[in-house]
Amino acid sequence: MRHTLSILVENKPAVLMRVTSLFARRGFNIESLAVGPTAQHDVSCITIRVDCESSPLEQIEKQMHKLVNVLRVAELVPGESIERELVLMKVAAPPNKRAELMALGEVFNARVVDLGPDSIVFELTGPPEDCDSFEELVRPHGLQELVRTGRIGLGRAQRPNHNRPRQRVLA
Amino acid sequence: MRGNGADAILRSLEAEGVDIAFGLPGGAILPLYDAFARGTTVRHVLARHEQGAGHMAEGYARASGRAGVAIATSGPGATNLVTPIADAWMDSTPLVCITGQVRRHLIGSDAFQECDITGITIPIVKHSWLVQDVEELPHVIKAAFHVARTGRCGPVLVDVPRDIQEAELDFSYPETVSLPGWKPPRRGHERQILAAANAIAAAERPILYVGGGVLNADATEELRALAETARLPVVTTLMAKSGFPETHELHVGWPGMHGPKWSNWALNKADLLVAVGSRFDDRVTGKVSAFAPGATVVHLDIDAAEISKIRHADVPVVGPLKPILARLTQLVRESMQPGRTEPWLRQIAEWKDQFPLRYNPEGDMLKPQLVLETLQELTAGRDDVVWTTGVGQHQMWAMQYLLCDRPRSFITSGGLGTMGYGIPAAIGAKAARPDATVVCVDGDGCFQMTQQELATSVLEDLPIVVVIVNNGYLGMVRQWQDMFFEERFSQINLTHTVPDYAALARAYGAAGFTVESADDLEGALAEAIACGRTAVVDARVDPREHCFPMIPAGAAALDLVEFQDTVAEVTT
Ligand SMILES: Cc1ncc(C[n+]2csc(CCOP(=O)(O)OP(=O)(O)O)c2C)c(N)n1
Ligand SMILES: [Mg+2]
Repeated sequence: MRHTLSILVENKPAVLMRVTSLFARRGFNIESLAVGPTAQHDVSCITIRVDCESSPLEQIEKQMHKLVNVLRVAELVPGESIERELVLMKVAAPPNKRAELMALGEVFNARVVDLGPDSIVFELTGPPEDCDSFEELVRPHGLQELVRTGRIGLGRAQRPNHNRPRQRVLA
Repeated sequence: MRGNGADAILRSLEAEGVDIAFGLPGGAILPLYDAFARGTTVRHVLARHEQGAGHMAEGYARASGRAGVAIATSGPGATNLVTPIADAWMDSTPLVCITGQVRRHLIGSDAFQECDITGITIPIVKHSWLVQDVEELPHVIKAAFHVARTGRCGPVLVDVPRDIQEAELDFSYPETVSLPGWKPPRRGHERQILAAANAIAAAERPILYVGGGVLNADATEELRALAETARLPVVTTLMAKSGFPETHELHVGWPGMHGPKWSNWALNKADLLVAVGSRFDDRVTGKVSAFAPGATVVHLDIDAAEISKIRHADVPVVGPLKPILARLTQLVRESMQPGRTEPWLRQIAEWKDQFPLRYNPEGDMLKPQLVLETLQELTAGRDDVVWTTGVGQHQMWAMQYLLCDRPRSFITSGGLGTMGYGIPAAIGAKAARPDATVVCVDGDGCFQMTQQELATSVLEDLPIVVVIVNNGYLGMVRQWQDMFFEERFSQINLTHTVPDYAALARAYGAAGFTVESADDLEGALAEAIACGRTAVVDARVDPREHCFPMIPAGAAALDLVEFQDTVAEVTT
């Protein structure tokens, strides 16, 4: 099963390595990983997407709690959190295909950020699932390059502290 | 106080109350060694190999309960510390390693003796620091000791570039540390402790399954009070050995692969398992699904990550063991029905009589078990003996035959199973307990991994007794090849005679004894123990002896292979 973890860490050297080594030692592959600043000075947020069973994941979460630079670990629970991702994709677009592709982009609210003689660069920000769908639709047209930021997420706004995703209770 | 970074390290160690450090110098740590030369109250013990220094610091920590300190230079010095760090990680030994690093402007350039030791050790330290600013140094050292000793104990590493050691600062030692992410649990949850007490009161066949955590938590008195109050039988793992008096009527031996049959039976027939600072290691459980299958599990541990890691805990209690055990004893005293466990204790006592440890004492060669039995007889009742061991058959015999009553009197490499641990750990233990007689029960294979530290023992006046259970083989490997690989012996023959261990001991300035027959055994051991100087007893024993009983790896605990049983189709 896929899980998204949101980990608040002190912005210190090697902290990313310490966190990811807990997955690496078990041979778990990380599907996506995003790191960036938070509202708090000196605190970063690591968002990790992994495909693993719940019980080893719980174990990993507990081990993460023991890392000196880790301040908080929470799982982003679908339905109770907002997840977003940004994609840039360069698609083959000979003049006769352009209009079709741009119409497709409009459906997904993808922006055209660059236009060349035979290709278009789209930017799409949205739920990761939308990014997947758009990617699939565009692929047959000739997907030349694609990069994704990896997902980031927050707990929903009705929660008392809206920067605080729902936390599964850990023993 | 004005000084350089190296001075700051020593002043910080002094402020932490460190009286001894173990190490070996080199280029990138020279400023620190210069500071040693300029004066400090910290005694430095010069090891012959950094691995030795690391294990000495571990032995010191395990014998004293304080953090051990090991120092090495960059590159190969630091990598030689990796094994002790991994060992301390597995056995939760508080260890502070200080390594030199190349100057900051050279880091990342593959400079001479540069190596990313903080990177290499990430999976095996609680935390590490690469110091980037000399002003940070006192805070880092303070934090290093704090992290090593609080929560679940373990190793930390401080890597100090040479130019940081040379940079000037105004030294003052901080009174507090600021580590916002470091929050070890402070107390057990009262409701959970109550649930644990209720489980104990309701059980008919309860057992305390105690791990090394009880020694780290300094909770041996509290453990004893609980066991005596509720009349609970106690098994202690290899790591907990000496955490509960082994001559006590409630002590039920040691669980696991080479534990006596009665110990494993008691565990497996229990209806309540109270795990106290133990972690359901595979060498203890064997096949997990067949381990104490009928038992409810109460798990007391400082480390939440151990709860339900291997075996589901019905009643988890996370927090420091000392107050948890004390509170639990209080509650149990109120609720426990007197005499409730007596039938169960009688049953266990019957098993004990029925299944004693056995070996064949006959034969043309000295038996290894007799060496251990004799050591036990010679030291019985003494509370000033500290044992260390190597890893292998001799270690398991030491577990089975040596009875340790005083906490921290049995020091061995449990989780990592590090051959070569015994001699340096004994030296460290001697430094911590100068009054004690420290005896290392070693294998001939293990001895040859760290024998050079005999020089350290002799020259630093840290005398130890090394008893080599010399079977001429990598005996434990021989046993596995014999039992599980159809006697295809492969690369295990060390010979009894090369080297001549007694002559080697004398070459190091130690006393050397060679024992080849049972008649000479007691005299030589007694003399070695009494001589007051570093001594090596080479006890040449029968290589054909296996350590029994044995639960083959991954097998159910009740399927143990006993002495004289034929070994048929055991799977590994
Ligand atoms: C550093 C290291 N290398 C290899 C092993 C695997 N191993 C476990 S026991 C053993 C044999 C130990 O031989 P010896 O010290 O003579 O002890 P014995 O079993 O003969 O008592 C070996 C090789 C180990 N535990 N540690
Ligand atoms: Mg041997």
